[in-house]
Amino acid sequence: MGVATPAEELAVPVVRERTSARVLRVLGRTPVHLFLVLVGFLWLVPTVALFLTSVLPSDQINSQGWWNIFSKPSLFTWENYREIFNNDAITSSLLTTLWITIGGTILPIVIASAAAYAFAWLEFPGRDWIFIVVIGLLVVPLQMALIPMFSLYNDLGIFDTVISLILFHTAFALPFAIFLLRNFFAGIPKELLEAARIDGASELRIFLRVILPLGLPAIASLAIFQFLWTWNDLLVALTLGRDTQPITVAIFSQLRQFGSNLDLIAPASFVSLAIPLVVFFAFQRYFVQGILAGSVK
Amino acid sequence: MAVATPPAGPSATTVPPPPGRRPWGRWLIAGAFLAPAALFLGVWIIYPTISTIIRSFYDRDGSKFVGWDNYRELFTSDTLLTAIRNNAIWVAVVPILVTAIGLVFAVLTERVRWSVAFKTAVFMPMAISLFAAGVIWHLMDQKDPDIGTINATIGAVYDKVRPPGALSSGLPSSSALTGSPSSGLTLAKPVPAGGVATLGLTGIPPDQVPEGARQAVRPPPREGAVSGVVWRDFKPGGGTPGRLEKGELGLPGVQVSVKGANGGGGGSATTGDDGAFRVDGLAPGDYRVSISSATFREPFGGIDWLGPSLIKIPGMGAYIWVWAGFAMVVIAAGLSALPRDVLEAARTDGASEWQVFRRVTVPLLAPVLSVVFITMIIYVLKVFDIILSVAPGSTQDDANVIAVALWRTAFGGVNDFGLGSAIATFLFVLVIPVLLLNVRRFRREN
Repeated sequence: MGVATPAEELAVPVVRERTSARVLRVLGRTPVHLFLVLVGFLWLVPTVALFLTSVLPSDQINSQGWWNIFSKPSLFTWENYREIFNNDAITSSLLTTLWITIGGTILPIVIASAAAYAFAWLEFPGRDWIFIVVIGLLVVPLQMALIPMFSLYNDLGIFDTVISLILFHTAFALPFAIFLLRNFFAGIPKELLEAARIDGASELRIFLRVILPLGLPAIASLAIFQFLWTWNDLLVALTLGRDTQPITVAIFSQLRQFGSNLDLIAPASFVSLAIPLVVFFAFQRYFVQGILAGSVK
Repeated sequence: MAVATPPAGPSATTVPPPPGRRPWGRWLIAGAFLAPAALFLGVWIIYPTISTIIRSFYDRDGSKFVGWDNYRELFTSDTLLTAIRNNAIWVAVVPILVTAIGLVFAVLTERVRWSVAFKTAVFMPMAISLFAAGVIWHLMDQKDPDIGTINATIGAVYDKVRPPGALSSGLPSSSALTGSPSSGLTLAKPVPAGGVATLGLTGIPPDQVPEGARQAVRPPPREGAVSGVVWRDFKPGGGTPGRLEKGELGLPGVQVSVKGANGGGGGSATTGDDGAFRVDGLAPGDYRVSISSATFREPFGGIDWLGPSLIKIPGMGAYIWVWAGFAMVVIAAGLSALPRDVLEAARTDGASEWQVFRRVTVPLLAPVLSVVFITMIIYVLKVFDIILSVAPGSTQDDANVIAVALWRTAFGGVNDFGLGSAIATFLFVLVIPVLLLNVRRFRREN
């Protein structure tokens, strides 16, 4: 865009006028570039602010702004991070978060792919109607389940366990996961399945050998989503856990004394968001694809 | 378990079934693939949804049927009404702003070569938990301009426009000075040209003495000028008020104004490190000498973003910070799918960029914009984490929203499951239109 082709430059004056108009347009876009640089910068500041605050000495974290680090680099210290990694409550919270996240990512993917395969390629009565139910469940707020599950978990004696949190996350991941995977699986060429069926492959075999490998991009998107969703959860763990504290809940319990606990809150928050950020940067493409498949479709 | 026992409906064959198998055998296989999902959806979503609706008609421990009482309380209790009202403000403000910002970003980055860097920066907060985003903005919005980034930025501008005075406090040390810091301090007795004015102040803590202050010196008188000294009329041990003694510091940076007692002439001066000042070129006569109130002007103290009256703004700001990237990415994808020739045709016809945007781009994007908008409404209705982390405990009542009120009612101390269920059901009812919309869209597409 904006660059004139040689043909245009050699053409009649009318076209040349358009070329100069384009040059003007490019120049006219300089404010746009400046605006975008400024906004992009502003968007990064809060995250940078948290990080630089987290590396201030704990006795000055409440009196120094993070920007002072630029004029006094000697303020920079990893001391707060050493502290939180020596803090058993924080490290065990991070581990708890990890277990919940791994379980809450793998389980829904396995279950949703099976169901999505059935919705996309198997024949059974009422298939469309059941799928409509799944679509309906897409927007059911998980708040609807908190009170009954709190009671049920207590009755079953699985309240405050990693497993019970994983199961809850799995269930509420399913409507979206099934929806996303079913749409993707349905786009797999029919001929591949027909060929496999004529060869006498069982449905399970087709699912494992044809559908899953071909559905990998969608599964990857979903995995990123689920990872971020479970890792970032506060509400479910806060409600259905007590000593089973993922990192969000552990930080939440410190918030009451924000000022005096900032030397713990800032680094712990940064660690809690650094891991999803790494995942995000590593798999950004799948994440974006998932968002587009989930919202535009 | 509605999923396991489906209503009879039309069944569509996608792939011709393999020969030789009976239909119920195929159904059995399908059932096996569906069973785990059905179990989860049934036990964790469908059963609790029904249970919560029923529970909302019972009292706090579920022992007594109370009819609509919980709903009546939902719409009469102050706390819950505040929550609903606040949530309504969120729904009115946030989705439209997120969609608009996303649209602007998407359109502006469309023809920028380095747009990937910009999009990454704006999209990045999507990976951060709303809870952590709240912690970040709680920090950004601190009142103290030494810590809060927002107030530090505003303060830097504010103090440039209205520089803070050299002193933040100070009182007359004797009755020779009258007035107050907010209106300015004036010597009771006018000083003639060629005279020396002494302006003693007390009530200045040692850490507020301006930097560079030295022993106060009484300047010599000079013809056609009013000279004088402004000093801290206090030394360790006290000293005599009104007398300039050894060990008492001059106050630099103080603005002194000298005005003719009968209205004419005068000038102003700023004190030096020893507190001395001089205003030259004065006609003979008496002059009123005063320390202007600008000397006592306080530096910017910070806006109390997290206080009760403003707390909704940081919450919504943080939320927009997180979700703008989502809107931008979805809208940008919609934008890139627009028919190029239509846009080019409009430009060739002489439409300005703004007209193209307003009359062609936006109408064509309407379906995408509405998806973003509706998605945001659903999320904003359920906003929770960010409130708990942005709002300090003291203003959480002012920042309250439906999901927070629900959690506090059912689990955060009140432990009223009946009312909690009613709040949850209310939330559910609010998303039902979207549910129907989704279903309709699906049925139209198939």
